[in-house]
Amino acid sequence: MTGDIVQMGAYIGAGLACTGMGGAAVGVGHVVGNFLSGALRNPSAAGGQTATMFIGIAFAEALGIFSFLVALLLMFAV
Amino acid sequence: MATETHSELEDGLVFHPMDQFQVTSLVGGDVEWFTITNVTLMMALTVIVIAFIMIFGARGRALVPSRSQSIAELTYGFIYMVEDVTGKDGVVFFPYVMTLFMFILVANFLGLIPMAFTTTSHIAVTAVMAMAVFLAVTIIGFVKNGFGFLGVFWISSAPLILRPILALIEVISYFVRPVSHSIRLAGNMMAGHAVIKVFAAFAPLVLISTGIGLVVTPLSILAITAIYALEVLVAFIQAYVFAILTCVYLRDALHPHH
Repeated sequence: MTGDIVQMGAYIGAGLACTGMGGAAVGVGHVVGNFLSGALRNPSAAGGQTATMFIGIAFAEALGIFSFLVALLLMFAV
Repeated sequence: MATETHSELEDGLVFHPMDQFQVTSLVGGDVEWFTITNVTLMMALTVIVIAFIMIFGARGRALVPSRSQSIAELTYGFIYMVEDVTGKDGVVFFPYVMTLFMFILVANFLGLIPMAFTTTSHIAVTAVMAMAVFLAVTIIGFVKNGFGFLGVFWISSAPLILRPILALIEVISYFVRPVSHSIRLAGNMMAGHAVIKVFAAFAPLVLISTGIGLVVTPLSILAITAIYALEVLVAFIQAYVFAILTCVYLRDALHPHH
């Protein structure tokens, strides 16, 4: 009985961890959107900043990946 | 949990999206540290493909490059961004970044071949690479700057009151680096392949079990195609991100003062 409740809690937690994806989506969208609005104002300077944009995306995305990791841990490790 | 999924698999048409990441022995018997597994095979293939690309690409050295030479030159020129990110004194680390980039890129692309195994989807594989980068950056930082390397935590451009708080945050983010560096790559590869597998399992199941399958199955297969195209992009971007973050961390080690 207790095992079932723990299992249920783990599954609910894994589902709740998916809300982290929304945060990562907002972050990545914010980074790329601001890059694009800046790039359209000054297209000649945009090419040199692509690497910076990808670094920003990577940092924003890492936190979304952490929530995925939490979901995986709840599903397979708990 | 892993044993449970296997007993489920024997019942019939039940797919488990994580089954593709199982490490299996190719020669039979249990998986020991010396066993030749599918991971070993795919890693060996990766190294062979990289050697093939670079050796045949660099063989001709024609003024007007052939196709294979173009591939080798393009990747070389692409990773030469090390100089832009780390500065002139970072170019000595170019071979290291190039090795990391080529290994991850080719491993990701080989993993996209149907029925292949993605070695970079395992945290054990990516954690070794990320820990190597983390240790290298820390050691290089202390060797090049002595205790001045600790200046990387002390942001001198911030107001004095904020600096201790920022230093605490910087210390935490410094030690999270190997975790996020490795999980980002492994998580992206694992999630993408699992999504493809979920759709691939959904397509035949909905066809045999419900009437709407005739409409939904083609849509599902179209979705697999679209996600696969996205995965090709992600495979490249993740290799690029891993390489460029290595460069950013190396820049911190070489020039710790903000």
